[in-house]
Amino acid sequence: MTEEDKILEEVTAAEYKYGFTTDIESDKIPKGLNEDVIRIISQKKNEPEWLLEYRLKAFRSWEKMEEPDWANINYEKPNYQDIIYYAAPKQKKKLESLDDLDPEMKKTFDKLGISLDEQKRLAGVAVDFVMDSVSVATSFKDNLADLGIIFCSISEAVQEHPELVKKYIGTVVPTSDNFFSALNSAVFTDGSFCYIPKGVKCPMELSTYFRINEAGTGQFERTLLIADKGSYVSYLEGCTAPMRDENQLHAAVVELIAMDDAEIKYSTVQNWYPGDAEGKGGVFNFVTKRGICHDRAKISWTQVETGSAVTWKYPSCILKGDDSIGEFYSVAVTNNYQQADTGTKMIHLGKNSKSTIISKGICAGKSEGSYRGLVKIMKGAENARNFSQCDSLLMGDKCGSHTFPYIEVKNKSAKVEHEATTSKIGEDQIFYCNQRGIGTEEAIALIVNGYCKDVLNQLPMEFAVEAQKLLAISLEGSVG
Amino acid sequence: MLSIKDLKAGVEESQILKGINLEVKPGEVHAIMGPNGSGKSTLSSVIAGREDYEVKGGSISFEGDDILELDPEERAHKGIFLSFQYPIEIPGVSVSNFIKTSLNESRKAQGLEPMPAGDLLKMMREKMELFEIKKGYLSRSLNQGFSGGEKKRNEIFQMAMLEPKLAILDETDSGLDIDALRIVANGVNKLRSDDNATIVITHYQRLLDYIIPDFVHVLYDGRIVKSGTKELAHELEEKGYDWIIKEADQC
Repeated sequence: MTEEDKILEEVTAAEYKYGFTTDIESDKIPKGLNEDVIRIISQKKNEPEWLLEYRLKAFRSWEKMEEPDWANINYEKPNYQDIIYYAAPKQKKKLESLDDLDPEMKKTFDKLGISLDEQKRLAGVAVDFVMDSVSVATSFKDNLADLGIIFCSISEAVQEHPELVKKYIGTVVPTSDNFFSALNSAVFTDGSFCYIPKGVKCPMELSTYFRINEAGTGQFERTLLIADKGSYVSYLEGCTAPMRDENQLHAAVVELIAMDDAEIKYSTVQNWYPGDAEGKGGVFNFVTKRGICHDRAKISWTQVETGSAVTWKYPSCILKGDDSIGEFYSVAVTNNYQQADTGTKMIHLGKNSKSTIISKGICAGKSEGSYRGLVKIMKGAENARNFSQCDSLLMGDKCGSHTFPYIEVKNKSAKVEHEATTSKIGEDQIFYCNQRGIGTEEAIALIVNGYCKDVLNQLPMEFAVEAQKLLAISLEGSVG
Repeated sequence: MLSIKDLKAGVEESQILKGINLEVKPGEVHAIMGPNGSGKSTLSSVIAGREDYEVKGGSISFEGDDILELDPEERAHKGIFLSFQYPIEIPGVSVSNFIKTSLNESRKAQGLEPMPAGDLLKMMREKMELFEIKKGYLSRSLNQGFSGGEKKRNEIFQMAMLEPKLAILDETDSGLDIDALRIVANGVNKLRSDDNATIVITHYQRLLDYIIPDFVHVLYDGRIVKSGTKELAHELEEKGYDWIIKEADQC
């Protein structure tokens, strides 16, 4: 950039600043997406110049992209010019008491065994006890800070630790990676940031749960997690409680960086509103999740997906380092009219890199579930190993399950195994349980949890118990 | 305890049970024998409440209550247990988890709290000893990869844990070697009391050397064509079913 250009840019940028002052005060911007909108977002968030550039670059590549349609899902494509991309942190409508809560929602909370106080918090009931959980969160933060761990919102990180954000953002998921990640890179408004210093084993499960207390999650969430050399972290995302959101479109990006000898365990339980039994409403969830493993590093993705009307999600690992390990454990449940196209990509670059894929799909109602996975062994990946197991469980005869495994091997020493099964919950199994005094709903829960055991075992204990209950609830009424 | 009157049942058009009458009192052991296809397994399924079979006439009452309208699990809660001829595999569900769920669902139906984990484990250990079941068995997936003998032993182990009032053993002896047969039979005998009853369904007299029946019934073409004491079983072993079939066909 010449000196002249720089000046020119400063001047033009400045003009935008002033030009939109009134808008800042009203804290609302018009619908639609263009460079001006991105400048406003960046400005409102008081971001440094490089981040604005990053957003604009992403936007420019997004403009040239087509919304992908290769996935096995059908939905009405959103009108991207009909979305408001920035609104000041919305105050959720406060409910006066739990009596105002949607009875269906209340029932689900009860079944999940969520305490009354917690229900109030999740439902956004105005209460003062929240002080408790804030103080808990604060004491957690103090403990973490003593170890040098940074865990905060990405907006905060941009202000407080710009050098880390600048160094790593977009290094695993480039701005031009895909349609949805480009969109996210252009307009993300919040998300999580986490940095674990060299050699530090994070002593507790880091949960977005605590962070959400401070700021609501955005429609375009951005997560950046860096585990420095020899460190360890287990990160939990999501919540088993059903999440309703006015925003139909969600396009999150998660980037994980595991430096030499580091280990990241990333667990997700996702229960966005799936729409009603007729398939109306519901969240579209288009997520790009990817991690990079350096030498001897390990990344495990574990996900339990029960929500969303449409899910498009492939948590992936780039096994760049020698002896690096990538794992993907997934349970994806679809019911009623839900559609899910989910799976993983394991890209082997390093020697002796290993990957394991365990995918368990459960389809009920009139839903469609697909597993789509890529195992790619590059030329230099001597002795790379992969084991994939993709199972599908069907309930009823109106659902569909599909498996699309892609395997590309460019090194002869590689060993790649793929196993797949499709089964139905048999009437025999249900009758057997019935005969032992177990009712049909409980029997299904038992059978499904057994089927998913290999994945649920990967979740932290408490999360696993909640996930089990969630599976049972998601499939209620799907047989008989 | 169990009273079956003129029970007729079948699948769609075909009638399999053509008028069964059976009275079982507490403390009794009844053996039901008969050639293949006579309706033995259908009878056990109908008592347990399997929906594949349609009851077309007659009644089944248990402890004075009509049970035909009850769901299979409700019948189980009343104390009816069926040991399956072909036990079903449930991958990923451990034996202990299955039994725990089963036991606690029955307790719930009776308005009882779940059994404390310590008590449950103690009870399991006692019963495992009874059937000479090895350690490590409890954490295996239910019936998955079990040998035929292990599956049958597992059925009887569950029966011991659930302590039913009426146990129906459907071909429990098939697939058991002689040692396993003795262990299972000894276990069943130890569980016998004046309050519970057992129906043993079998092809062979062999099992009845170990589990001594009070009554033996011969089922043929959907009817009980002959009833007697344990001597009848010996007679069948010697002469086969043909003479009874002839007798029955003449009637």
